[in-house]
Amino acid sequence: MRMGKTISEKILSARSGVDAYAGMIVEADIDYVMVNDVTGPIAFREFDELSTSAKKEKIVLIPDHYVPNKDIASAEQAKEMRNFAERHNIENYFEVGKSGVCHQIMVDEGFAAPGRLIVGADSHTCTYGGLNAFSTGIGSTEAAAVFATGRLWFKVPETIKVELTGSFKKYVSGKDLIIKIITDIGVDGASYKAFEFSGPGVRNISVSDRLTIANMAIEAGGKAGIFPCDELTEEYIRDIVKGDYEPFCADKDARYGQTLRYDLSKLELMVAYPHLPENGRSVKDSKVRIDQAYLGSCTNGRIEDMRVAASIVKGKKVAKGVRFIVVPASPRVYRQMLDEGLFQIFLDAGAFISGPTCGACLGGYMGILADKEKAISSTNRNFIGRMGHKGSEVYLAGPAVVAASALTGYISEPDEVR
Amino acid sequence: MSVTGKVWKFGDHVDTDQILPAERLVSENLAHLNDFVFEKTRPGLSSEIKKGDIMVAGRNFGCGSSREHAPRALMQSGIACIIADSFARIFFRNSINIGLLLVECNIDVKEGDIITIDPEKGKVITNKKEYEFPQYPEFIASLISKGGLMAKIREELR
Repeated sequence: MRMGKTISEKILSARSGVDAYAGMIVEADIDYVMVNDVTGPIAFREFDELSTSAKKEKIVLIPDHYVPNKDIASAEQAKEMRNFAERHNIENYFEVGKSGVCHQIMVDEGFAAPGRLIVGADSHTCTYGGLNAFSTGIGSTEAAAVFATGRLWFKVPETIKVELTGSFKKYVSGKDLIIKIITDIGVDGASYKAFEFSGPGVRNISVSDRLTIANMAIEAGGKAGIFPCDELTEEYIRDIVKGDYEPFCADKDARYGQTLRYDLSKLELMVAYPHLPENGRSVKDSKVRIDQAYLGSCTNGRIEDMRVAASIVKGKKVAKGVRFIVVPASPRVYRQMLDEGLFQIFLDAGAFISGPTCGACLGGYMGILADKEKAISSTNRNFIGRMGHKGSEVYLAGPAVVAASALTGYISEPDEVR
Repeated sequence: MSVTGKVWKFGDHVDTDQILPAERLVSENLAHLNDFVFEKTRPGLSSEIKKGDIMVAGRNFGCGSSREHAPRALMQSGIACIIADSFARIFFRNSINIGLLLVECNIDVKEGDIITIDPEKGKVITNKKEYEFPQYPEFIASLISKGGLMAKIREELR
């Protein structure tokens, strides 16, 4: 009798033409391969050495880490991508102005869609699992291989099922769930595995929050974090998706290596202490003084995050001595913020708003921390020196906690500022 | 071919931001990434590592960013092999593709010990003990023997 399959097994079967199950190694057809300005140059050199033609319709080039160019070295680097796009006539190159955090561009521009197999030379490529894609981070050399062949090898991952019930309390969000999961299983708790989210709780999680959750699957070592496709997914992508897509759902008798269960209504606001995302604690017990509050990134730089934060800071002022840095993840988010009057709210509160970029999330620019400075951040990593000096500290939380903390000057629950 | 070298010891969850900080991820550095390895967490290490040295770490080595610059930097600095309890997935794939030897094995050594790794026999030999480690799956072993992913692609395109 045929064994049931997980979503990962189904997508990798469909794309490889092999009846794929966990543990097997398959070579599969890739829908899209994405590189950014930092990982691109190695891929461009490796690819050009092959002297072959590029599968250009599959290639997406998104400068986001150090653009708009932060210095001469990053200007030269960004130029390499621009030149590569021209040389190989690659249409999907996103110049500054049309560009933003690569994963949000992949969503906004409709590359990410249900059932697709997408790879990217950026570890947070797993984000599109929020839309039922199997997407995962790869290296630059692997990206070059996909440029040339349109294919790549995968070990079909074992799947951790995450069964969700209930719905979030006010201000609790996808970020709190994923920090809780990482704290429970550890930063290598899902190594080489995929998460599959299921259960009646899924329909109570917005697509934006699903993207946040899938985005941080890698912070538990996960290869992918996949949600089912439902009416919320369809609604979210209706006006933006490029081309056709075929969603996949898991079989009832699919095999899982492990099952985790969470009642969303029981989750608290979480904050992950330095220097690992597994150091999650309840925000209630945290009164750490902060120097900076950072709202942005592929994890929480979407319009939904901006709306929540704006609702908290509206009519209030950023605490003395705190820099509140707001970074929309894409031009689309930026424009929505403008149209909805969120710029006014943030500017009145005393926040700094930047254009779309990865910015300070990875210690690039636009909000780097000095020695001994502490930041509350809606980003995904709090490693040593991640946002600047090795003596600085990053505390990870959702948009509501970042906004509330910007107002009080210490890590706070939103209820403290109402 | 076996490898003998001096041990540099590391703990669990060494992330790629530690191995190579993001500030250094610009193409003008690609030829000398070794100058910046562990510059935030172990300053000075880059000039101490000698060709053929071996890194020994705990769980989840190479976690975090997909930056291939990290294994490339270690290779450029002369590291011949990394032994760890486990490796993060993307770091593992990157290392295989560029020809950096990784061994999954839990061994008891001190910094400065001289140890030998025999990949063919699947053995790590320290001054106290011999450890065995499992061979790679066939597909990965063949990828390594071909010289990494690009060599395989060249063969396919020919």
